[in-house]
This record gives sequence, structure tokens and C-alpha cells, in this order.
Amino acid sequence: MKHFINGIIKENPVLVLMLGLCPVLAVSGTVRDAAGMGVAVIFVLTCSNIVISLIKNWVPSQLRIPIFIIVISTFVTINDYTMQAYFPELYKVLGVFVPLIVVNCIILARAEAFASRHSVSASILDGLGIGIGFTLAVVAMGAIREALGSGTILGKTIIGESFRENSVLLMILPPGAFLVIAFLMAGMNKWVKK
Amino acid sequence: MEQNLFLIFLAAFIVNNIILMRFIGLCPFFGVSGKLDTALGMGSAVLFVMLLSSWISWVIYHFILTPFGLVFLRTATFILVIASLVQFVEMFLRKNFPHLYTALGIYLPLITTNCAILAVSFLNIDYEHNIIQATIFSVGTAFGFILVILLMAAIRERIELAPIPVSFRGNPITFITASLMALAFLGFIGFLGLAI
Repeated sequence: MKHFINGIIKENPVLVLMLGLCPVLAVSGTVRDAAGMGVAVIFVLTCSNIVISLIKNWVPSQLRIPIFIIVISTFVTINDYTMQAYFPELYKVLGVFVPLIVVNCIILARAEAFASRHSVSASILDGLGIGIGFTLAVVAMGAIREALGSGTILGKTIIGESFRENSVLLMILPPGAFLVIAFLMAGMNKWVKK
Repeated sequence: MEQNLFLIFLAAFIVNNIILMRFIGLCPFFGVSGKLDTALGMGSAVLFVMLLSSWISWVIYHFILTPFGLVFLRTATFILVIASLVQFVEMFLRKNFPHLYTALGIYLPLITTNCAILAVSFLNIDYEHNIIQATIFSVGTAFGFILVILLMAAIRERIELAPIPVSFRGNPITFITASLMALAFLGFIGFLGLAI
């Protein structure tokens, strides 16, 4: 259980460890895209953690990185094709970021630092925890950007019709992403870290 | 898809800048933009590897993966090709161009995890570029990377001396700077329109 909670708050991969920033900034324009990316990362991370902790005793240590990368890219490919088949719209929006999950540093970092040293059950919990931590961060970004940028959350008006018509368009454009994550990190610095 | 080569270059270089508009390659952008000379070293290493890897992955995709119906292996193939390419380039430079090796040396291994390299290989295929367009596209992207990382390094050297609220020190202020730079780059969208 400790492994599970750890990934969500204390070692939140995005806001505390600053890993895997590219997809966080790129897909957080709306809550829906952010959640889609989060689920994809949870899937790839948990599956690759399971496989890597299963094969950890047979992997020669000099070759471990290429082997981990092959395992990860297998699941990225499965995820890529599943998404393309069942969620074509989401796939189109996420675009190149779906295959790029393979170079998401979070996944290789967990394979190397956790799954290759722990039991299968601990690795599953760690994968889920870190994955959910990532999803929470990216969905939080998505919620802030969508609420301020288009006045909606998941397509529903929340702040009021007049705000929706004159929303802060900047927030859903690229500069808004950098701005929101800067303030989230400053908040983490002030209230959570110490 | 016949497109003006100059437009491809301009789009990759400025309008759809890989860092500020596409958010690809942020780790080296925030990691090594602290000083001007390290930023230049990283930038030139990226230019070098990006061009080579986009050629190799283009050839592999069009002459090996497509004819044999192995397109589903592209993610695994590209990442392995790039990782081994970087390794090979490192050995080659150390043996034949020690001068260049000392300049780029420490940045080369870092490049394997740079998603910008892999992204350019994928984008070349998604946009159905031919080999000339792919070359122009990767050179433009790499120049865009160099431009932004150099600007950022120059700004960060000034920020070091500025009085900044405690909780904004370090990464948050860097992100705010990036946000303002992205805002400026947003002005270029009028040229061609946003691709993503």
C-alpha cells in the first residue's frame, strides 16, 4: 500500500520529480485529452512493470536498458493500435504523443529503479500509483486550462455563459500550459515540499 | 503532397517550433539551458543526431518496414535504431574526430532520451515527407531547437541575478519565462497557421 500512495503525492512524477513533462504540457488543453493520455500511461506503466519484474532474474545487467525499452515499446504499440481502433478521435488529437510514450522518462525510470528490484505485486502497485499520480497532475492541468481557457469542463459550461464567450483563450494555447505548470510547481514548493 | 520546401523549413523552424509550440524535447530544454556554452553544445549535438536519425529511420521505414508489412514494429525499431546510432556516432567521433568529440561528448548519451529525435522520425512519416522534405524538416526543427535553447540560456543567465520570490525560484520562473517566449512565438502563427 505504501508504494501505491507514494507515487500519488510524495513522489508525484510530474510535479515533484519533474519527469515526463512533454506530454503533460502538450495534451492538457482539455480534461478529456488529459484523461485519455493518463489512462494510456497507466496501462503502459503497469504492464511494463509487471513484465519487467517477472523477467528481472533472467536479464543480464549490461543489456537491461535495451531489453526494458523493447518491453515498453511492445506495450506502447499495443496501446497505439487499440487507441487507433477504438478511440480514433482521441488518437488524432494526441497524435505523435501516443508513440512518444516510449521515451516518457517516467516509465523507464520506474522499470530501472523499481520493477527490476521488487516483486510482481509491489511493481503492480507502484505502476498504478505512479500512473495515477501522473494522471492526476495532467488532469488537474487540463481542468485549470479548460476552465479558464474555454469556460468549460468536459464540455459543460461551469463559470457562466458570459465568461464562456470571453474566456482567457491564452490558457488553451501553448503559453498557457507553461504558465499553469509554473504556478502549480510554485504552489508545490510553498505548501507541499516542506 | 508537394509542399514548398521553404515553407516546410519555416514551419519547423519558427511557426511550429518544436519546444514552444509542440512541447517536445523539454527535458534537455530545461536541463541544459543554464549556461550559454552548454546550450550551444547540446543544440549542435541535436542537429547532428537528428539529421542522421531522420535519414536512417526514413530509409528503414520505406525500404524495410513497409515492403515487409512490419509497420507495427516502427516504435520499437526507431527507438533501438536511435539508441544504437547515438552509441555508434559516439565511437566514430572519438576515433576520427576527437576535437568534435570533446565538444559534443557529454551531450551525446543524453540525446537517446531526447524525445525530439524520435518525434522528428515519426512526424516525417506522419506528414508523408519524401527524403528531401524530411531533410529540410529535420534541419529546420533542429535549428528551432537551437534558437530557443540559446535564447533561454541567455535569459536564464540574467534571471540568476534577479530578485525572485522564494517559491518561484528555480523551475517555476523558468517555466514562466518559457511561457512568455511561447507568447512571442504565437505571433508567428499568422504566417502558416497552427499544425497541432
